[in-house]
Parts: sequence; structure tokens; C-alpha cells
Amino acid sequence: MAREQNGKIASLEEFQEKINRDEKIEPKDFMPEAYRKTLIRQIGQHAHSEVVGMLPEGNWITRAPTLRRKLSLLAKVQDEAGHGLYLYCAAETLGKSRMEMTQELLSGKAKYSSIFNYPTPTWADIGAIGWLVDGAAIMNQIPLCRCSYGPYARAMIRICKEESFHQRQGYEIMLTLAKGTKAQKEMAQRALNRWWWPSVMMFGPSDADSPNTENSVKWKIKRYTNDELRQKFVDAIVPQAEKIGLVVPDKDLKWDKKRNNGKGGYAYGEINWDEFWRVVKGNGPMNNERIAAKQKAWNEGSWVRAAADAHALKKQTALQAAE
Amino acid sequence: MKSKTADMVFEGLLRIADDNLILGHRTSEWCGHAPTLEEDLALPNIALDLIGHAQTLYCLACEIDTRYKNEDQLAFLRLEHEYKNLLLVEQENGDFGNTVLRLFYFSTFMKYFWRKVKIKCCFKKLKEFSEKAFLETSYHSKYASQWVVTLGDGTDESNVKMSDAIVNLEPFLGELFNNDDFTEMCSQNDFLPEPNSIFEGWKGEVDTILQKGNLDLPEITLKKRGGRKGEHSEAFGYLLSDLQYMQRAYPNSSW
Ligand SMILES: [Fe+2]
Ligand SMILES: [Fe+2]
Ligand SMILES: [Fe+2]
Repeated sequence: MAREQNGKIASLEEFQEKINRDEKIEPKDFMPEAYRKTLIRQIGQHAHSEVVGMLPEGNWITRAPTLRRKLSLLAKVQDEAGHGLYLYCAAETLGKSRMEMTQELLSGKAKYSSIFNYPTPTWADIGAIGWLVDGAAIMNQIPLCRCSYGPYARAMIRICKEESFHQRQGYEIMLTLAKGTKAQKEMAQRALNRWWWPSVMMFGPSDADSPNTENSVKWKIKRYTNDELRQKFVDAIVPQAEKIGLVVPDKDLKWDKKRNNGKGGYAYGEINWDEFWRVVKGNGPMNNERIAAKQKAWNEGSWVRAAADAHALKKQTALQAAE
Repeated sequence: MKSKTADMVFEGLLRIADDNLILGHRTSEWCGHAPTLEEDLALPNIALDLIGHAQTLYCLACEIDTRYKNEDQLAFLRLEHEYKNLLLVEQENGDFGNTVLRLFYFSTFMKYFWRKVKIKCCFKKLKEFSEKAFLETSYHSKYASQWVVTLGDGTDESNVKMSDAIVNLEPFLGELFNNDDFTEMCSQNDFLPEPNSIFEGWKGEVDTILQKGNLDLPEITLKKRGGRKGEHSEAFGYLLSDLQYMQRAYPNSSW
């Protein structure tokens, strides 16, 4: 017993040293249970977000205003399905099956990014999502390309390339609207008004209220805190909005020389954390609709999946009989 | 191009473009609602190809008829009776089985169609495009055929659903192979193949796949038609109100 414990402590130390040396942890390597659990939860949530995120955008495929926009939206939503697949695969290397994760999403047990619980009533929301939501996702995810867990880091490298493409596309939609007719410009501004605060909230609670950060930083799963990433996001987006003549809906927004260790950055108004928690807890504008849509698709697809399983089994049996 | 030939090429391009746009539209409705994540990826991918084909064909059509200034004017701003797509492609999706069966029927047809265009077509730009279109429709046909076999063979329930889908789609198949004065002219001018010249190859392939799924192709007779003349079904109006919404609500805008 004592020996086993010593062994475990030794491997824990080795594990941490390996991380300190910036070496990757691979699926078969030793890892503490808490590390595994944290990653499964984080990668699972990320995968679910990609999949649920297809709904608010998919909503506009049939109504996209031009063929070019329709094609790029289709390509984007297809990318998101691909991201979901890589991420489920990365989570599976940690020992949790995609089926189990899917069940948790459908039952409401697993979380996904709250941002997708907001509606997309207009075409401009597609621009705003690309610009702000994919933009925030990139801020979060670029550091994850160096995450200590090999399969996650590698998935993120590929995903980030596509996300930055999505962001440029979204910004370009907003730019076109902002340069367009009065009605188009108003549509763009209203979408920015709707998506700004939810996007700022995407980085999660303030550092003071974020209990998971400490271990995640030590394990190099997380390299920046929520507030650091949020600051980077605001600093990047505000000038982009100005450039196209849209107004960020925050009257307290102003340049603050002291931010970013004296390099300067934007000070922003207070975040409505009540709204944040309300949406996280399931009472956002579209929480029920998103889960209901995924449940409906899953239930209506059950005969298809059952048939695929049965067909695969028959083929296998026939193959064995032939041998 | 001489004006009579130009009219023929324009109309011919429009028929194929409309088929692809409308089936692409229907296919894209699955996005986020498919039975598996793999299908959530595959169906938008196919929709992307179909709508991409439509875009190329509309562009070629605009070069010929300069009344239309760009591909979007053709795709979004015609009236219902000006769309020339088959009734088959505008029908609602139904379940996943019905969707893949229709895709199988249509893409197998298009695979033979493009193969013939590749061999013989007086319109050079279309002949060039057929290389890529042939490869993509072959892939769609293959993808859909795998699902038809899987669902036909899978369980009793899935076999019944596929048999129902066959019955449901049968009335729309005749139009796919229906020659008319226009298709005859296209063929005489070495522009496009006659639809019924594709029937034999198509039927051979469809029969083989359906048999693998313990399914039968019923005899095909011409039951419902009208799409080629712009006479559409009720479902089509709703499809257009989605497709055209932005262009109608915000006319003369750039996107
Ligand atoms: Fe993504
Ligand atoms: Fe993402
Ligand atoms: Fe994205």
C-alpha cells in the first residue's frame, strides 16, 4: 500500500515536471484523475458548443441573401460540425464515449457555451456571431493550441485556423451592412447591441469568482485568466467596430492608460452577472429551444442509427460466415 | 451566340441550375437536425456542392442573357412560374430515408447526365464544368446509395420506411426522364442529352442498389409533371418565401 502511494506521488511529480518542461501528455500517459476529469468536462463542453452552435446559424442558411453568402455560411456550419467531431474524438481519448457525452447534452446535464442560447432574428446576427462569437472563441482557443494535453492541443490548432477564417467572414458581413443602406446599417447596429454583452460574458465569471482557474493554470490547460482574455477581446473588437462606424453599446467604455500593465487598454462597464447566471442556469431566451431541437433530431434519427447498427452487424456476420 | 441558340442554352442552363439550387436548399434544411453528427457534416457538404453547381450555371446563363445582371437575380428574383426545376426536388424532405432516396435518384441521374455532357456538348464552358460536376455528383450518388442499402437492409422498421419512401417518390420520377420539344432540340444541337437516354443506365444502377437493400423499384410512369414548364407544387411557394426573403424585403442592396 505504502509503496503504491509512493509510486503515485513519484508519478504525480513526474507528471508536473513534464508539464513544466512543456512536454505533451498523451492518452496512455499517467495523469491525475482531476486532470482527466477537468479535460473531459472542458473538451466535452467545447464539443457540445460547436454542435449546438450550428443551430442559430443554420437558422439562416435557407434565407441567406446571396448565393455567395449562402455558400460561405454552409461551409462555416459544416466546419463547426467538423470541430464537434474532432473534439468528441479528443475527449474519447480520455475514456468517455461520444454516446455518453451526447446523452448528457440531451438530458441537459452537460453545459455548452451560453452564447448559443441567444436568438438570431436577422441576417446581421450571422455577421455578429462570426465577428464577435468566433472572435471570442479564438481568444479562448489560441492559448489552447499549447495546452498540455496532446490530442486537445492538436485539435485546437486545426480548429483555430478555421475559426479565424469565420471571424474574418463575419466581420466582412458586418462591414458590408455598415456600408449599405440605412436599413442595413441599422440591422447591423441592432445585432451588435444584442451580441456585445453576451460575447463579453463568453469568457466566464470574473477571476475572483472562478474557482477552476488555479489547477488549470498549473496544468497548462489554461494560460490566461478569464479577465485577461476578456480584456484582449475588448481591446481587439472596439477599434474594429469604430472602423466600420458601429457603436459598441457600453457608455462606460473608454481608453485607460493603466490597463495591460501600463500599455493601455479599454475600460468597460459592469457586466450583468445576474443575466449571465440566469442563462447558464437554463433560463436564457433559447435554452429550451436549442435542447428541444437536438432532442428532436436525436429521437427522429433513432431508427436510422438502429438500422445502421443492424446493417453493420449483418455485414460482419456475413463476412465471418464466408471466412 | 445566335439568338435562337442563345435562348436554348439559357433555358437549358436554367433547368439544371434550378434543380441544383432547389435540391441544395432542401438538403441544407437538415443542417443541425440530422440523425448523426457525421450526417450533420455530410448533408451541408452536399448542399454546398449542389448550390455551388447552381451558382456556376447561373453565372453562365447571365453571360448569355444580359437582362439578368448577376447570378443572384436569377436565383432569388424570379417569380414562381419562372423556375424550371423538377417537381421531385422541391418536395419537402420527409424523413431521413426519403431524403437520401431522393438524393440517390437525382444524383445518379445527374451522374449519367454529366458523363454524357463530358463526352458531347457544343457549349464549351459547360463541357469544361461537367468534369467537376461529374465527380461531385458521383460522390453524392455513392453517399446516398450507401444509406439506401443500409436503411433498406437494416431493420424491419427501416425497411418499411424505405418502402414507403419509394412509393412516396415514385410519382415524381417520370418527369426526370421526360423528353419534350425543348430537350429534343437540345439533343439535336449536341447541347444536352435527352433525359430518357439516361433511363436505362440509371435504372440498372438503381435496381442493383435497391436489391441490396431488399427493396424494389416500381414501374415508372409519367404521373406528375409541370416543373419544367414552371407549374409547381404548393410546397414550392413556401420554399421561395424563405429563399427570396432577404432580396424581397431589402431590394437593391449589396450583401
Ligand atoms: Fe468551431
Ligand atoms: Fe469553437
Ligand atoms: Fe466557427
